[in-house]
Amino acid sequence: MSKNGQGLLEVLKGQESDLLADWIKEQSGVAPRRGASIRESEVRDQCKEFLGLFQSAIRDGGADDIQGPRWGGVRELLSNLSRTRGLQGFSPSETASFVFSLKKPLFTRLGRAHAKDAEGLAEATWSANQLLDSLGLYTTEVHQKAREEVISRQQQEMLELSTPVVKLWEGILALPMIGTLDSARTQVVMESLLQRIVETGSNIAIIDITGVPTVDTLTAQHLLKTVTAARLMGAECIISGIRPQIAQTIVHLGVDLGDVTTKASLADAFAIALERTGRGVRKVRAGS
Amino acid sequence: MERIPILKMGDFLIVTIQVDMHDRLVTTLQDDLTSMISSHGSHGVLIDISSLDMVDSFIGRMIGNIAGMSRVLDAETVVVGMRPAVAITLVELGLSLDGVRTALDVEKGMILLRASTRRRLTEEDEDGRDEG
Amino acid sequence: MVVTKDDTMEIRVSDHVVLVRQAVRKWSIELGFSLVDQTKMITAASELARNTLDYGKGGTVRLERVEEGMKKGLRLTFEDQGPGIPDLEKALTDGYTTGRGMGMGLSGSKRLVNEFDIATKVGEGTRVTITRWK
Repeated sequence: MSKNGQGLLEVLKGQESDLLADWIKEQSGVAPRRGASIRESEVRDQCKEFLGLFQSAIRDGGADDIQGPRWGGVRELLSNLSRTRGLQGFSPSETASFVFSLKKPLFTRLGRAHAKDAEGLAEATWSANQLLDSLGLYTTEVHQKAREEVISRQQQEMLELSTPVVKLWEGILALPMIGTLDSARTQVVMESLLQRIVETGSNIAIIDITGVPTVDTLTAQHLLKTVTAARLMGAECIISGIRPQIAQTIVHLGVDLGDVTTKASLADAFAIALERTGRGVRKVRAGS
Repeated sequence: MERIPILKMGDFLIVTIQVDMHDRLVTTLQDDLTSMISSHGSHGVLIDISSLDMVDSFIGRMIGNIAGMSRVLDAETVVVGMRPAVAITLVELGLSLDGVRTALDVEKGMILLRASTRRRLTEEDEDGRDEG
Repeated sequence: MVVTKDDTMEIRVSDHVVLVRQAVRKWSIELGFSLVDQTKMITAASELARNTLDYGKGGTVRLERVEEGMKKGLRLTFEDQGPGIPDLEKALTDGYTTGRGMGMGLSGSKRLVNEFDIATKVGEGTRVTITRWK
């Protein structure tokens, strides 16, 4: 164990409740924005737990390597805290202040312990400072990671929401696609279409791309792959609403739509789908 | 030896694959099916793969082979119940199983087989031949 | 890249291909792969395990759970001491086969994963490494 760790431990020992009180007071100065707040009892518990784990980590593993296995407990506490606070709307710096606010009370005590030893004080303060900095940065990292996770989950949810698969008739599904089709979105959409085909036992699926402004090679290939996959499962796809520009692109790109049924409009596709399932539309009385 | 059971139902043979298929099992199934088609004079084979959570090129080839051999033996093959994830993977792998007929489930597969044998019967009737 | 878990399996007989598939399925589920990703990885593993058995005259596969930054993934390394592949370019072409498959083994499994790496030497053996990220 390093000498510095030893010094820190001595300062911590026996002064915990005193230190805890100072630390909590220190933190109450940092008010989070947007009405996010945490009960004081919760803060107290977290601080108490941190101090316990902090001491045993220094005792077992020294004050140098916070990535080491001895610091596992501290890291876990900090990452949980960081995640929850992140979700509660704390900013990264507000979250990190949990650790940084420990500096003042801790340094005061180090100063008292090294009152007659300027060199020792400088050294002890420096190492404690480094340690708390790396722990503080760690909370920021976790905070950011948690944010990124939220963003990627929302992106995923948005993808799934953006294109509903609707049932037009018994055995006939339609997938009205709107907006730019990138490769990732096409893939998600296609997976949900195939899943719905199984769930509803539909023989025919109409993919309507009236609302799609452009199609690139990759997207065209994804469309084709979906048609092939549906065929392997025993269902047939009809592509409708191909705009003139897209028709041109498809031919220019050299994408072979082969024997895929294509129709100009969703209505035409629906008529064909009804016909193939042995149905038709009949006028029941004279209308306008 | 381990075998995949083949059920005879009237004019058709039905196979439900429910185990993770090792290669020998695949080859045995191919042999068993062809010999049963010929001995029973079956006109249709239905292979249910709804329990399979993956089809690689080896199993894919087996399915293609069975369809091809059955055709030579005058029987139609329908593969039913392929899962979406399996279908997506097969397409990505580069297999489209051309020439193999498919249906969503056993029921729809049977309808397909009946329709095709009925068509054959009518054609043969028109030719003035008897089915026996 | 950090390896957080690893295991090595033998590929000596055709039953081992099934065991490899089952192990890859288990690991993919543990990693939280989507159903489609699971299926792709299992299928790629099945293709490559059969290659190791048929062309490499048997070998091993190493399974590794890897992490890189925020990404988590599964890496498989198939290794054999077989005859090696004389014409790699040809072997990576769709439809080229010398064995029992459909010639989709190498080229197909490449499309099923995010990273694909192959090293081969005639007379010494072949090593194929594939990685799929969550």
